[in-house]
Amino acid sequence: MRSCLTREAQTLIRLSQVQRISSVFFGGGTPSLASPLTIAAVLETVSRCAHLAADAEITLEANPTSAGALRLSGFRASGVNRLSIGIQSLDDVELRLLGRNHTADEALGTLEEAKKLFPGRTSVDLIFGLPGQSVSSWARGLEELLQLCDDHVSLYQLTLERGTSLFKQVQRGSLPMPKQEVVAEMYESAREMLRDIGFRQYEVSNFARNGALSTHNLSYWQGSQYIGIGPGAHGRFVPRARGESLREARIQTLEPDSWMKEVLAFGHGTRKRTVLSQLEVLEEVLVLGLRTDTGITHQHWQQFAASLSLWDMFGSSEEVKELEDQGLLLLDNRGLRCSWKGLVVLDSLLLTLLNQLQQSWADRTAHRI
Amino acid sequence: MLSRVTRAAGVGVRLRRVCNAAALLCCQPCMEKCPAAHVVFSRPYSSQKEKLDMSIFPVENIRNFSIIAHVDHGKSTLADRLLEITGTIAKTDQNKQVLDKLQVERERGITVKAQTASLFYSYEGMNYLLNLIDTPGHVDFSYEVSRSLSACQGVILVVDANEIDLKNADPERVEKQIEKLFDISKDECIRISAKLGTNVEKVLQEVIEKVPPPSVNISDPLKALVFDSTFDHYRGVIANIALFGGEVQKGHKIVSAHTRKTYEVNEVGILTPNEQPTHKLYAGQVGYLIAGMKEVTEAQIGDTLYLHKQPVEPLPGFKSAKPMVFAGMYPVDQSEYNNLKSAIEKLTLNDSSVTVHRDSSLALGAGWRLGFLGLLHLEVFNQRLEQEYNASVILTAPTVPYKAVLSSAKLIKEHGKEEITVINPAEFPDKSSVSEYLEPTILGTIITPDDYIGKIITLCQTRRAVQKDMVYIDEHRVMLKYIFPLNEIVVDFYDALKSLSSGYASFDYEDAGYQAADLVKMDILLNGNSVEELGTVVHKDKAYAVGKAMCERLKDAIPKQLFEIAIQAALGSKVIARETVKAYRKNVLAKCYGGDITRKMKLLKRQAEGKKKMRKIGSVEVPKDAFISVLKRQSEK
Repeated sequence: MRSCLTREAQTLIRLSQVQRISSVFFGGGTPSLASPLTIAAVLETVSRCAHLAADAEITLEANPTSAGALRLSGFRASGVNRLSIGIQSLDDVELRLLGRNHTADEALGTLEEAKKLFPGRTSVDLIFGLPGQSVSSWARGLEELLQLCDDHVSLYQLTLERGTSLFKQVQRGSLPMPKQEVVAEMYESAREMLRDIGFRQYEVSNFARNGALSTHNLSYWQGSQYIGIGPGAHGRFVPRARGESLREARIQTLEPDSWMKEVLAFGHGTRKRTVLSQLEVLEEVLVLGLRTDTGITHQHWQQFAASLSLWDMFGSSEEVKELEDQGLLLLDNRGLRCSWKGLVVLDSLLLTLLNQLQQSWADRTAHRI
Repeated sequence: MLSRVTRAAGVGVRLRRVCNAAALLCCQPCMEKCPAAHVVFSRPYSSQKEKLDMSIFPVENIRNFSIIAHVDHGKSTLADRLLEITGTIAKTDQNKQVLDKLQVERERGITVKAQTASLFYSYEGMNYLLNLIDTPGHVDFSYEVSRSLSACQGVILVVDANEIDLKNADPERVEKQIEKLFDISKDECIRISAKLGTNVEKVLQEVIEKVPPPSVNISDPLKALVFDSTFDHYRGVIANIALFGGEVQKGHKIVSAHTRKTYEVNEVGILTPNEQPTHKLYAGQVGYLIAGMKEVTEAQIGDTLYLHKQPVEPLPGFKSAKPMVFAGMYPVDQSEYNNLKSAIEKLTLNDSSVTVHRDSSLALGAGWRLGFLGLLHLEVFNQRLEQEYNASVILTAPTVPYKAVLSSAKLIKEHGKEEITVINPAEFPDKSSVSEYLEPTILGTIITPDDYIGKIITLCQTRRAVQKDMVYIDEHRVMLKYIFPLNEIVVDFYDALKSLSSGYASFDYEDAGYQAADLVKMDILLNGNSVEELGTVVHKDKAYAVGKAMCERLKDAIPKQLFEIAIQAALGSKVIARETVKAYRKNVLAKCYGGDITRKMKLLKRQAEGKKKMRKIGSVEVPKDAFISVLKRQSEK
């Protein structure tokens, strides 16, 4: 596995011809189960094929049980300088419901160790909207965590995944999910709590104080290129080595054994490549950019849409104006972004915006703008 | 002792009319005692292409019979075995429901279109012609059944002896029940297994012994009963006939008693169960006739055919089909209109009991209003449309034509008359310009065993009916007459009546003109804006129920939006029912990282496409099929 990871990393970095790697994220599943040696090997390959700054953000996703203190220091030694811990909940009953192997105490223990090894660079994940949760029980749990956490918090609403025991239980009706209004209330109260103690909500689900934003995740939302390595990884980059100039969306083969065979045979295990049209790239920039608090600046948009500014695209749309009037969206000299209220219902706003984007794009040759 | 049987009893039932002799079949309790099955017969022809000579079957050697059974009790399986034993069809494992040709019949396990088969059987040295007249088993088709039965002189009653909770059948118990219910001695029951073929040959023998031959005369003038008809694209209408007198052959000129039209016979034959031409058909025989008829309406079930210049007394019991259940039928999309139109035309070619009228709806476009003999008839029709013609249809409650007597001089001038007909709710004139509204009514006659009087009266009351008469026609049966507003009947009255009377109540109706009615126009509003397509005309008494139901269905059909949506049913400015669709308080994907992006983009783009197709009523976005879900007929089950 290790040699396949390094092999694929080498192949794809060379294919993309990028010269600088700004961040690395070890995630997807439970990578802390992988060994520090693997981490080290991958980082070594990356820094060989491109420039990896000494202070580039190198994150590892960890689950509390597999991340004992000794292991964590091992990872730090291998090059990791940021840790994301999947705490999920501080209630043991909820943890069992979610099918997690750790207890709340184990989670807090890991958090403490992590803060020592990665001060100011530890992030915690929490889930809300669980069956049996109330606004107050959620608030209590969050409060407890906020007293102990570092400078970065990610809050996620529970999404039921097909095939999980939780999904089946809810489907059967043996577990009632909290009502939509209640879940919305949980989210709202959490946002406000975090804001009140100095966290900046820089994305729909991500909060940071003292500048501890995740540069890696930010680059997704800013439409930067990224290379996905390993089974099932996703990527977005231009294969310049082949003389291409359009960005491609790539997915690596999901099944590990097949992926390894392909890497050994071809140097990489890319299962699917789709060329993204300029419009499709713009659509992604729009959808992802609006998830952040700064939204999409005019300069940022220009990088992707050269001839058409945000004003050109959205300035004259009645529907967009209505959304602005309702105080959900802002289009001004900074750019296009959601308001505090608007961020909560972003996916509804995006439908209007996507349609308008497509319309404006189609009209651009007709010089109707 | 007895080998295991799954079906009990073939029993004859005395037919009131023609024969006086009881048509009962004997019981043979032990299978071992049965004579060894012999399937020796002589066919009156050697190759299928040659025409049969039917004169070799004198009237005494003919038996016309039918099989009566409850749904799923094994009628068709028994028919399969009879066909096999007589060599009419080859004995293979594939013979299942051979007489049920329609896919819908095979799927639902019911007989819709009656098929007839002539069987040849040799018994004790004589060649017999046994005509099995298969009948539809559902109450919707009771008229067809009655006509088919009138061509028979006996029937086999099949009763399933299987019990659900017992592994083995209990024929003894069933025989006792039959004795009690039908007054047929259990000695006269035959225990058979149609699936295995056990004792089935015995059934044939009993038919020969117990069912009398038809009492008809070949020397009488031709008198033929039409008990079914089908349409063939190449040969025209094929009429199933039973001869009650005389004979018929190619070249004869025949006349329909009902239409008085004359035709020349092209072909006659028997059904085995496929068409097998013969030289002639003689009195007492059952078969088919092709005579240049172009539409099935020219060969109506129950009609009598006779020779030109030799008119006869028509056979009793003829009735024109009267629809009992109505529905609006619309194509899912107007682009499919022509496809649906031709499908309906083709299907009605073979079914003269469906009435068809053009109709249109603001929401759904151009369509039809169809009348059926009952709900099953409608469902089978709908299913056949989908399966055989690939047409998808929206079924709605049909409209009835209301009237209004105008009082406004201006409007009278506009329309050119004082009394106007209103079919489209949008044209419904306001109360202030109208002196009277009128709704169409019918005089309904219900005949029912008196056990059900209470329930029926209650049912009629809920349909705003007014009782006109109630009379005992014999010891146990009552005839009720009610004036019903037509719109209370059109959708599901007939079925409700049949349901609560276990099928025993009968219903007939005739037009009874118009009556004054407290009609109102009900509007549906979304956040204050009226949705024209959903406006309906209702009676004041029913407005709340209808309005509430429509609001509820709309609520389920309209997706959440960024603001609250008030759905209201209103009469003028008065709101009578209301539902609310709450606004989105949170609608944003929680996680959106590398692997999630592709999936999210797909979803968003699909939703954005859907949004483009929505209708905007005020600022409320309404999906196209929201209207359909409100207007469509609710399934009775």
